[in-house]
Amino acid sequence: MSLDTVKIDTKEKFIELYKENQDLLKSDSPEYVNKIREKAFRNFQKLGFPNKKNEQYKYTDLNKEFENTYKTYISPKNIRFQVSDIFRCDVPELNTKVILLLNGWYYDRENLIHELPGGALIGSFQKAAELYPELVKKHFAKYADTEKDGMVALNTAFVKDGVFLYVPKGVIIEKPIQIINILMDEEEGLTQHRNLYILEDNSRASVVVCDHTLSTPNFLTNSVSEFYIGQNTHFDFSRMQNEHNGSKQVSHLYFQQERNSYVNANTISLHGGLIRNNVNVLLNGEGCENNTYGLYLTDKGQHIDNFVYMDHAYPNCTSNQLFKGVLDDFATGAFNGKVLVRKDAQKTQAFQANNNILLTDDADINTKPQLEIYADDVKCSHGATVGQLDEDALFYLRARGINKKEAKLLLMYAFANDVIKAIQVPALKERIQDLVDKRLRGELSRCNSCQMHCC
Amino acid sequence: MLSIKNLHANIEGKEILNGVDLEVKAGEVHAIMGPNGSGKSTLASVLAGRELFEVTEGKVKYFGNDLLELSPEERASEGIFLGFQYPIEIPGVSMVNFMKTAVNEQRKHKGLEPISSSDFLKLMREKKELVELDAALANRSVNEGFSGGEKKRNEIFQMAMLQPKLSILDETDSGLDIDAIRIVANGVNKLKSSENATIVITHYQRLLDYIVPDFVHVLYNGKIIKSGDKELALELEEKGYDWLKKSELTQ
Repeated sequence: MSLDTVKIDTKEKFIELYKENQDLLKSDSPEYVNKIREKAFRNFQKLGFPNKKNEQYKYTDLNKEFENTYKTYISPKNIRFQVSDIFRCDVPELNTKVILLLNGWYYDRENLIHELPGGALIGSFQKAAELYPELVKKHFAKYADTEKDGMVALNTAFVKDGVFLYVPKGVIIEKPIQIINILMDEEEGLTQHRNLYILEDNSRASVVVCDHTLSTPNFLTNSVSEFYIGQNTHFDFSRMQNEHNGSKQVSHLYFQQERNSYVNANTISLHGGLIRNNVNVLLNGEGCENNTYGLYLTDKGQHIDNFVYMDHAYPNCTSNQLFKGVLDDFATGAFNGKVLVRKDAQKTQAFQANNNILLTDDADINTKPQLEIYADDVKCSHGATVGQLDEDALFYLRARGINKKEAKLLLMYAFANDVIKAIQVPALKERIQDLVDKRLRGELSRCNSCQMHCC
Repeated sequence: MLSIKNLHANIEGKEILNGVDLEVKAGEVHAIMGPNGSGKSTLASVLAGRELFEVTEGKVKYFGNDLLELSPEERASEGIFLGFQYPIEIPGVSMVNFMKTAVNEQRKHKGLEPISSSDFLKLMREKKELVELDAALANRSVNEGFSGGEKKRNEIFQMAMLQPKLSILDETDSGLDIDAIRIVANGVNKLKSSENATIVITHYQRLLDYIVPDFVHVLYNGKIIKSGDKELALELEEKGYDWLKKSELTQ
């Protein structure tokens, strides 16, 4: 009874927040965005926060996370933009233009849209919505469904800024683009950035996203990213979640892949108090390939929940999901992956695996790989394992003089490396190997030269 | 070097070693033979420090110190090497990384600096040749996808890399054809010196044609029931173990 009351309160709180700030929210947004905003708000009023009865959110109680009162960043006016001087990333081979978001707002307020070679654009979503209405209208809120998920509806109702990337037909961006989400404030803050990636036919790009917290207060993030991947397009997406343990984040990635496109999406979760990652993929044409990988290393009271929905709507597509996790102390986690193979999606190849190592008796993981197949000529597999480190392997290493701690690290590292090796940017792969090694050793997993002491 | 006195060990309450006595001196090669289930592999595992087994009685001195107090990694760093009967596959851990870590951990134990990359690669190359290990195998994960023979050769390669004082080779000949046995034995013989010792555990006399033992012991029901020189192995080959079992019973 009391639980229900709280739920209504939290939902009501955000409804009130919206109503109070409606004018401000709408003020810098074009009409077509506000129309979507209003619809999303109505959907949120209907849906509210997902509760534990919702099968998709069974293992993560988000409602509870939103009970707290957070500062919201509805306007960039109350953000002090002063991080560029302290931030420098030295991973080589990345695009020199590093894109920063601070508390959900595009950082470079002087230069909101940056042009890349070949007419590609990167910059502020809000500015792009204003400058390129035809382009944004075509894709914005077309893949992220506000009718099904209250969290997506909430993000869309409060949509303001985020990252916008546009790669026109046939344009190839050689160097990976790095995007850094920074959370920094003296108060506890809630950010809901909204990102839109449009990659037209025959294009190619690679994006690296790092999530960091730069100050100690607790942060809550509810972000939505939409990706339109045109025909024959090749897109590589790597994400590193490295926030402090007081931070909570819910992220939603929506990919729509057109014919013969290729997407590689890799999420490395190193730190974070609560992480819920949703990845939704629609394979919307023949001959697509999608690789969605995840690695999570959690300890203490951390909670990680990965959810994947892979929709094979057309024949001859391949999808691979590999999620691996090491859970220490009393960390908890969940994996919920679903592959849908529609009736006409013959010759589908879909593979899904979730492997976990629990280092203690108190660590806990719930894993649920699912296949739903309506076509008859397909090759699909799914599987999940939960186990401990292999005692025989441990003894073998120790019998060669490697101490127990080091031997355990070698085995954990080997376990994790299956996911890391799928990262396609070589310099980033090396860096992540290093960070994972540090993370497993219990050292602070930040890049040596990075000034952001985020965890 | 090694002195085992009245060693008893069990696994989950089941007694496997039932009072083993054995003395091994530097420069010696000992062969331990015996029928299946007599406790040969258990003895090897207990000496290497496998925690699965519980030592209930007896003493093991290694260079005068209590061996049983040491962890497996300390024993290895003190020069004990176990050649596994069934080498473990460890996907994701490369042979190079494995060996480098092992060499450096052992060096650290001795208070030495880590080996330089060039010295390490030189050492790898040298030792690979010694056991005729395919160079490509060294770039793979530990034992992953190795054939039975390659796994055994890899054990001797590791032994060569780590240069132990006391090597315990547990059925290194099992599953090997005659050419592979010759290569493995050749490796062992080349590594032999007046400073180190080897315990060869085997079912068959065949291996002892190549690795000539100074002493042959028969382990039966967790106890050494007969010791002799290499002639004993030939006698066993001819007569089997039954005559010994019988004489054990009549005692």
